[in-house]
Formats: sequence, structure tokens, C-alpha cells
Amino acid sequence: MNSLQKKKILEIRELSVSFRQYADKRGSRQTSLPVISKLSVSVGEGEIVAVVGSSGSGKSLLAHAILDLLPYNASVSGSMYFQGEPLDKARIRALRGNQIAFVPQSTTYLDPLMPVGGQVSRTRKDKEKKEKQRKIFQRYGLGPEVDGRYPFECSGGMTRRVLLATALMGDPKLIIADEPTPGMDLALAKKSMEDFRAFADEGNGVLLITHDIELALETADRIAVFYAGMTVEEAPVADFASEETLRHPYTKALWRAMPQNGFQPLPGFQPYVKDMPKGCPFGPRCSGYSKGCQGEISMRRVGNGSVRCAAYRDGMSGSAAGQADESANPRAWAEAEAPGA
Amino acid sequence: MRWNQRKRAKLLFGFSVVFLAAVAISGVLCREAAMTTDFTRTNLAPCLEYPFGTDWLGRNMFYRTLTGLSISILIGVCAAGVSAVMALLLGLAAAVFGKRTDSVISFLIDLVMGIPHILLLLLISYALGRGLRGVIIGVALTHWTSLARLIRGEVLQLKESEYIQIAEKLGHSKMKIAWKHMFPHLLPQFLVGLVLMFPHAILHESSITFLGFGLSAEQPAIGVILSESMTYLIMGNWWLALFPGLMLVLTVVLFDLGGNALRSILDPSSVHE
Amino acid sequence: MILEGKNLSFAYDEKAGKIFSGVNLRVDSREHAAIMGPSGFGKTTLCKILAGYLEPDTGEVLLDGAPLPKKGYCPVQMIWQHPERAVNPRLRMKDTLADGQEMEERIIQALGIEEDWMNRYPQELSGGELQRFCIARALGKPTKFLIADEISTMLDMITQSQIWNFLLEETKKRGIGLVVVSHSEALLERIGVRRIFL
Repeated sequence: MNSLQKKKILEIRELSVSFRQYADKRGSRQTSLPVISKLSVSVGEGEIVAVVGSSGSGKSLLAHAILDLLPYNASVSGSMYFQGEPLDKARIRALRGNQIAFVPQSTTYLDPLMPVGGQVSRTRKDKEKKEKQRKIFQRYGLGPEVDGRYPFECSGGMTRRVLLATALMGDPKLIIADEPTPGMDLALAKKSMEDFRAFADEGNGVLLITHDIELALETADRIAVFYAGMTVEEAPVADFASEETLRHPYTKALWRAMPQNGFQPLPGFQPYVKDMPKGCPFGPRCSGYSKGCQGEISMRRVGNGSVRCAAYRDGMSGSAAGQADESANPRAWAEAEAPGA
Repeated sequence: MRWNQRKRAKLLFGFSVVFLAAVAISGVLCREAAMTTDFTRTNLAPCLEYPFGTDWLGRNMFYRTLTGLSISILIGVCAAGVSAVMALLLGLAAAVFGKRTDSVISFLIDLVMGIPHILLLLLISYALGRGLRGVIIGVALTHWTSLARLIRGEVLQLKESEYIQIAEKLGHSKMKIAWKHMFPHLLPQFLVGLVLMFPHAILHESSITFLGFGLSAEQPAIGVILSESMTYLIMGNWWLALFPGLMLVLTVVLFDLGGNALRSILDPSSVHE
Repeated sequence: MILEGKNLSFAYDEKAGKIFSGVNLRVDSREHAAIMGPSGFGKTTLCKILAGYLEPDTGEVLLDGAPLPKKGYCPVQMIWQHPERAVNPRLRMKDTLADGQEMEERIIQALGIEEDWMNRYPQELSGGELQRFCIARALGKPTKFLIADEISTMLDMITQSQIWNFLLEETKKRGIGLVVVSHSEALLERIGVRRIFL
């Protein structure tokens, strides 16, 4: 399951998204609000990768940034690659809807005044496309009677499947799914996750954006943990089997808070984008907080995954660093962590 | 420094307010001068001394226009203010008190909307003996409907929102919920509706005065000025109609621009633009 | 105290048919009960009926044998799934919190609500932070039962455990009954519920 050997479909390095915004409700001064500050994630062939972060943390903007759907007051920096080639606006326009498909969060993304069959096939006459649409619908258990229905006539689960079918129409290489399951019951959620699995197994990639770590653990191959605008850890799902195999103290706290793993609450809250602490955003809640955490910290590879934590040096093994986190180890390597590159 | 949309809207709104206030105040101040007749200067075309010219009685058209506009603005503000408050109260009542009140008020709205504005306005103004009172009451009674309907719809929608249902279950009275939870949502609608009502009120006042059902002929109102100028237009005294007419258009347009600017200042969805 | 639903049935639209009918349930305030049922069954609707938001077509909701008050503070309070819809976007959080009745400072502290959040508008807080306000608001002194409809579904694990650890302690201390709807088996297991299958 080593992702390094696989061909990467999507790679995102240190993406940041900020919004130009009025500083206060009535004022006319504008400020820039960084919603995503450092997001790195990659999706290989045959992989489902989940980006997990709490609701309201801005992770939905990741999908919008990849698809160039952000509003005009947003600015994006960082680099994005699709199948090894950089993604720029022109390329995104050409790819989205064909090679990159999007399954949106809300079922309101469908045109309410058009029967779903036509919306998915995007044609009235083209026989080939119609046949294809029928085939995809059939695969998801949507009979011919569904073609003529309007979105309001479809149940929630049906709409989800229609959205998924829409994504598959253009033979995509990558599906980006933004919170695809809320509102579905367990059986239906499992079914759509199986659909993603089947799609990925054909050599494609899925980027799943969700707040639901339980769902991610069940379906994804790797999980990128998103905290206060940055990815703090990227790890194979197997690493979530125990606390020791995880790397970042936030991920560990997340693990301990799961109902099946102790239900232990970590006090505190995610910092607000306007008063973000310097360096590591988790610092104020971390038991191993030190001076070294206040500088720029870059993603480092540790074992099968990577982590953004000052307690790790290059090549350090996961278990050793795990101990380092627990104790009050003096971190004399603060200098080594100075911003570079 | 960049000019963002918020700043532009504020500037535009400020300019409209200052200009209209200046017209209203100066109009009141030069009321005397607007009435003064002087037969040594009749029918003068616009010149440096009399920028809008003079009429057949030698009255200074610049002063007359200003005074006429100020009367129009004052009537507009009074009538639109009364009308907007009526709209707010009726709209709130329709939505807050039960179904019966709602159907009565909705019927009233439909009734008033069903009759052409100008016709109803003429009737009310005429029945009340014309003059200032008739015009203000007439305009006030005809202009509240669309805003009332807007507010009613907004309140009905708010009533369905979860936070208002929760407030009810937390034991708060309808009046308290209307004030605390609904009013902040309605205020921007109300203010914008009010400002956008001014130009309507002014135009309607001028038109019924022009038709002879509004203010009396001694008042230097814009409607009176325009209707009197009709006789002299064929004699080539074009300035008698042109400048007062242009100023009326300018006033109406400024109110409209100011109202739209206010909307974009108050509208939270424009916050990020 | 006992919260009872007797022979409840409900239809949003008569033509579309009943969402459920003949539902009976009985919850003691010393226990935690979970309403279990397949999706589309109308668990949220049942919650709204139990908390007095909706009138059932047939049957009644009784608290210690008496129907819920139609006006005034309802002793059965519901916490909703989407906190961002449950607070007024035009009010500062302190005004939203002030809607609660006879609230104790202790609760606000225990929920980890920061002083600084009070002056913010809902758009400036995350879902988890807003949900804390909603819980504090529902925990006024007269509250006897709490209906929690998927209250942590949209939240991250840490916030979920913070909120639930607080709720379990608080309801135990005050003898408040808890009716839970959640799709998460692990969470229900942790809360320790009696399951009511419908």
C-alpha cells in the first residue's frame, strides 16, 4: 500500500486560499482572511484519499479551489498537479466535468427545472450519450422511469446517486466528493462508498472531503487530517488502528476522542482564522508545545505517511517521535526547524 | 488605495443625501425670492444672473425650481415615511397575528394594488380638498402596498426558521420575538424600501399637481411650474419647462441611486465583494 | 419524571400518507433513550413532536401525565442537528444565549464557551462552537428533558466528545432525561442508551 510507487493523479502542495473581506460589518476597510493556509494532499491511482476536518474549517474550499469555482474575491497560491502536469485555470476548465468530476455536498446543485436523465446525459439527441447515461443509471439501480423525473421527485438517496452518475458521465480519472453522505442512512452511505471503491479499483482516484472520520476510516486508503487551515498529518488508514502508529498530537487526540477509543475530550478549540497562533496552530492545546513549534513547520515524511510537527525530524521513525510527544522532551533542534526552502 | 464597492456605495449615498438636503434647505430659504415678481425682467432666457431664466411675471426660475423641489422632497419624505411605517406595521401584523388578520391585510394590499396608483391618488387627494394635506395623505395611502407585501413575505419566511421556533419554545412572547429576532432582519429592507419610495412619491406628487388635483396654483411646486410652462412653451420659452424638469429628474435619480447604494451597504451578502 | 408519547401519528401531507402512526414510547428522566429507526422514518419529526414543535395528528405527548404547555417555556427542549440554522445570524452570540431562561454561569464555563465568542456573530464561529451555545441555551433551570437529534453528526470527534462528556455529567447531576437520535453505533454504545425501536 505504498503510495509512492503508484502514479499520482492529483497532487496538491501547500495550497492556500484567502478571501478579501471587509474588516468589520459596516466598515469599508478590506482585509485578507486566510481560510486554508497550508494544505498538501495527493491522490494516487486506485486510491481513495479522505481529507478530514471539522465542519466550518474551510475544507470544502479545497474542492472549489481544484475546480476553480471559488468566488472572485478569493486568491489561491500553492501548486496543483494533475497527472504530473501543473493545473492552471485553462487546464482546469478543460478538465473539469470530463477528467475531473465533482460530487457536490448539497443536492440542490441539480437544476430543478430539468429531468434528471437529460441533466446527466447533457443532451437530447445524441444517442451514444443517452445510452451511456442509461448504462450508468442502471449500474446504480436507477430504472428507466427515473430519467424523466425532476429532482424534486427523487428521494435523497436517489439524488445522491444521480449526482454520482453525473460525475461518471465524462469518464473521469478523478472524482472529488464533498461531504457525500450526510442525510443518508448507514446502508445508503455504505452503498455509495462501495461505488467509490469500485470506481477507484479501476485505476482511478477519489478525493473524499468529509468531517466524518469514521466514514473515512471505513472507505479511504489514506487520510489527510486538516486542522485550522492546514494538513497536519497524512497517513494510511492502517495507522489509525492504534494511537501509537499516529504521528501528530492532534491526530492522536482525535483518535482518543472517538467513542470506541476512550471518548476522551481534549480541552480547547480550534483557533479562529483571525487570531491564529504563530507556527503550529495546535500549539496552545499541545502537551509538547515548545519554542520550536513557533516557526514555520513543513510537512515531513515519517514512515508511510507525513506529518507537520516540529517534534519530528527527517527520517525519524514514528514510534520514537510518538514518545517524544508524550514527554516534556527539551527540543534543542529548534534552529534546525527554521524556515527554509 | 483601491476603491472597493463598499466605499463607492458610501460615497454615492453620502453625495445623494448632501445634495438632496442642500436642495431642500435652500428651497425653503429662497421661498420669498421665488415668489417675487419683477416686471423689468420678464421672459429672460437663461443667463449668468438668472441661470434658469425668468418667467412671464419676472420671477427667478432658479429660485422657483429650488423651492418647488424642496416642497416635493418634503412631501416625498413625509408621505413615504408614513407609508413605510404603515407597511412595516401591517406587514408585521399580517405575519405575526393569526390567519384572519393576515387574510384581511392581504385583501387590503390586493385591493389597493388593484387600482392604478394615480387614479386612487387623484380620488383621495380630491376628496380631501386637494392642497398639501390631500397630497400627503393620498401618496401615503397608495404607496405602502408593495413594501408591506415584501415585509409580510419576509416575516412568514422568518417564522419558519429554526431559531424563531426555538425562541418560542424557550418561552418568549410573539412581540418579543418580533422585536428581537425579526426586526434586525427587516430593518435593512425597511430602510431601503423607504428610500426607494421617495422618488415614487415625488413623481406622483408632481404629476397630480400638474394635472391640477394636487397643490394649489400659488405654491411654486414643480407640478405647478411645469403645468404653467405649457402655455409659454409654444412662445419659445423652453427654459420654463426644461430646467425644472431636468432638476426633477435629477432629484428622482439621486434618490434612486442613493437607495440602491444604501441597499448594497446594508446587504450582508455584499460584504465580501 | 416520565416523558410519554401515546399513539402518535403524523403526516406532513395527507395525500403522501402518514410518516408514522401508532407510535408509543416512555422515557424515564433517569435514563438515556435512543430512538432507532431506518432513514426516512421521521425520527426528526418525532423529536419535534416530543419537544412540542409539532402537533401530532393523533395521540398526545405527556410529561408526568400532563400535556406539554402550549405557551411559555417548554420543559422538553430540543437540540437540533445544524447549529448554524438554530441561531439568528443577525444577533451577537450573547443575545442568542440570552434567549435561554435562568441559565447558570457554570454551564457556560463547563461547555468551554469563551468570553471572546460572546460578541461575535454566528458566521464567525464554527459549527462546534455554535452547538455549545445551543446546548447552553437549552439547559435553563426549568428544562426537564433534552431531545438530542444528531447533535454531533456535523462535528469533529474532539468536539463531539467534549459536548457529550459535558451533557452526560450535567443531565445526571440535574436528573434531566435524555432522548438521543444518532446514526453512530459507537456513540450510542458510549452514551449507554436504552434503544427504542420503532
